[in-house]
Amino acid sequence: MSIFEAKHLSLHYLTRFGSKVHAAVDISFELEEGEILGIAGESGCGKTTLVSGLSGMCIPPLNYTSGEIFVSGQPLIGRPLEDIRENVLAKEISMIPQGAYNALNPTRKIKDLAMDVLKSHEKGKANKKEMYQRIHNRFELLGLDTDKVLNSYSVQLTPGEKQRSVIGISTLLNPKMVIADEPTSALDVTTQKQVIGVIFDLLEKKVFSTMIFITHELPLLRHVADRIAVMYAGEIVEMGTSEQLVFSPKHPYTQALMSAMLSAEEGARKRKPEAIEGAPPNLAEEIVGCRFAPRCKHATDGCKKNKQEIRIVDNRQVRCENAK
Amino acid sequence: MPNKNVIFEAKDLVKEFGHGKTHNVVLKGLNFEIEDGEIVTIVGGSACGKSVVAKHLLGFMQPTKGELFYKGKKITNQRDHWQTVQPIFQDPFSAFNQFFSIRSQLEDSFKVLYKRPSRAEIKERVDAALLAVNVMPSDLKEKFPFELSGGQMQRMLLARIFALKPQVLIADEATSMVDACVRANILDYLMKLKKELNMTIVFITHDIGLAYYVSDRIFVMHDGGIVEHGTPDEVALHPKSNHTIQLLEDIPDIHKDWIKRKRA
Ligand SMILES: Nc1ncnc2c1ncn2[C@@H]1O[C@H](COP(=O)(O)OP(=O)(O)OP(=O)(O)O)[C@@H](O)[C@H]1O
Ligand SMILES: Nc1ncnc2c1ncn2[C@@H]1O[C@H](COP(=O)(O)OP(=O)(O)O)[C@@H](O)[C@H]1O
Ligand SMILES: [Mg+2]
Ligand SMILES: [Mg+2]
Repeated sequence: MSIFEAKHLSLHYLTRFGSKVHAAVDISFELEEGEILGIAGESGCGKTTLVSGLSGMCIPPLNYTSGEIFVSGQPLIGRPLEDIRENVLAKEISMIPQGAYNALNPTRKIKDLAMDVLKSHEKGKANKKEMYQRIHNRFELLGLDTDKVLNSYSVQLTPGEKQRSVIGISTLLNPKMVIADEPTSALDVTTQKQVIGVIFDLLEKKVFSTMIFITHELPLLRHVADRIAVMYAGEIVEMGTSEQLVFSPKHPYTQALMSAMLSAEEGARKRKPEAIEGAPPNLAEEIVGCRFAPRCKHATDGCKKNKQEIRIVDNRQVRCENAK
Repeated sequence: MPNKNVIFEAKDLVKEFGHGKTHNVVLKGLNFEIEDGEIVTIVGGSACGKSVVAKHLLGFMQPTKGELFYKGKKITNQRDHWQTVQPIFQDPFSAFNQFFSIRSQLEDSFKVLYKRPSRAEIKERVDAALLAVNVMPSDLKEKFPFELSGGQMQRMLLARIFALKPQVLIADEATSMVDACVRANILDYLMKLKKELNMTIVFITHDIGLAYYVSDRIFVMHDGGIVEHGTPDEVALHPKSNHTIQLLEDIPDIHKDWIKRKRA
């Protein structure tokens, strides 16, 4: 059985003018226990919006439009926020938001931030000393100078120490699934590798088993993710194994994304990365036909008019009627 | 007298912060020259001092010891300095005021200039700049910063530069949050601007693929010093410093093994 499932999920922001921005549209996927799903896509395509919805943290102006979410088989949409905060977040699903490590409360020590998580979920159950011991044991897995980090304020730590602390704190209650939104995009390559190493260690030690990982770094995603979903203008346009998407993408947007990668290797300076002119469609307006068609090299009269549905091409999902 | 083509010259640049227990030497005697029209990229691990260098180049900070020259003179008046030298800041979330629309903030950024273009020209330049970062001006109309995604905010910082067209750009991690296609488009436009204005650009990045692609020269920093500098081929393909070698090894590469997940 899948531990997480989204079925035709759509989300919208209600703007100050009463219009709706449809930032995630018709998203369906299942996650098996132990799987890492990577999400990539144009900036502003709806990745952060989608994962807010997936974690149950759908707070106005963000709203569920339609669709369903199942966490370990239980429906998530419709449950009161209080219930989700208490029983889903940190226990079932843990979220590491975009830029989280820069948003750590600067007035409290790391150990106190970690204590807060335990206290809020286990009122009166354990004593303080025992809780601290648990935090200490968990932080030992993060490859940090445990005592120093726990007794520091966030401003005294390096970005790598902060991000590993965030990971430590958000997995304290052994959630089944972790959702990480660009957890390494502000880190240098060495720190990034350390952070990924820590994530893999926690997976191996079964602290958590399943993950959704958002990044713009495709080479990174290839090493981290089992499957990759590529989003464009609110929709998943292609989803398959990371090998499939990186080495033989089928959707024209995925193809463009892959060929725009830059690398430091012989001859790379002469290859001009492929730029796509124009802008994605306005998500507040009704969109006719394929969302990528106006910028697509291979667009036909058909796909400019027809809404694109998911098809199976070469064993992966593609939202393009012309993909072969 | 420095050579007339040299736009920035640093001589034994030292920056210290704090005192007593918190005393911290962040820049440990930097020497470098950046030439007019050159693209220089500074790469290096976190907290090695890259952003502190950027703040000196922008006149936000003064060195504790040593000297920094801009066109042969020390930077004394910041407002004068900003007529020609403009930044893209590292954190797009905090670079905009949440209470004003983005459009108005982009137009207001011209207020830093003594000689401002006409209102109509400002509007035109902002429109063109938005298109260059793949945003339809009409889609942005009344949007506020909190209504954009991280990468869209970062693109607004880039649009600000594309509208202002400064002589010198100091870009601190300017494309870290955008996808590869948008980045390609931005680089395209930046190269056009660079040609048109003979712009000098200092990129600060941990994206070595980007550094390799755009730079005339790369500086590698480690712990407050420049440990290696040279052309992209010299630095990225034939590195000499162990710090550079380590940095290159840590880049995830789609073709090479990078890190293995041990399955339980
Ligand atoms: N409060 C809001 N009101 C209206 N629209 C919003 C709001 N917040 C986000 N949006 C819009 O929703 C879309 C998706 O935003 P989201 O933050 O999910 O993008 P993203 O894919 O995470 O991008 P990035 O890679 O840049 O982080 C964007 O077009 C954005 O402008
Ligand atoms: N205004 C400041 N006051 C005290 N220390 C600072 C200040 N700005 C930066 N530092 C310290 O200088 C070092 C280098 O920082 P920075 O240049 O931001 O690193 P990076 O290379 O990641 O951009 C860090 O240890 C940082 O804590
Ligand atoms: Mg986001
Ligand atoms: Mg910095």
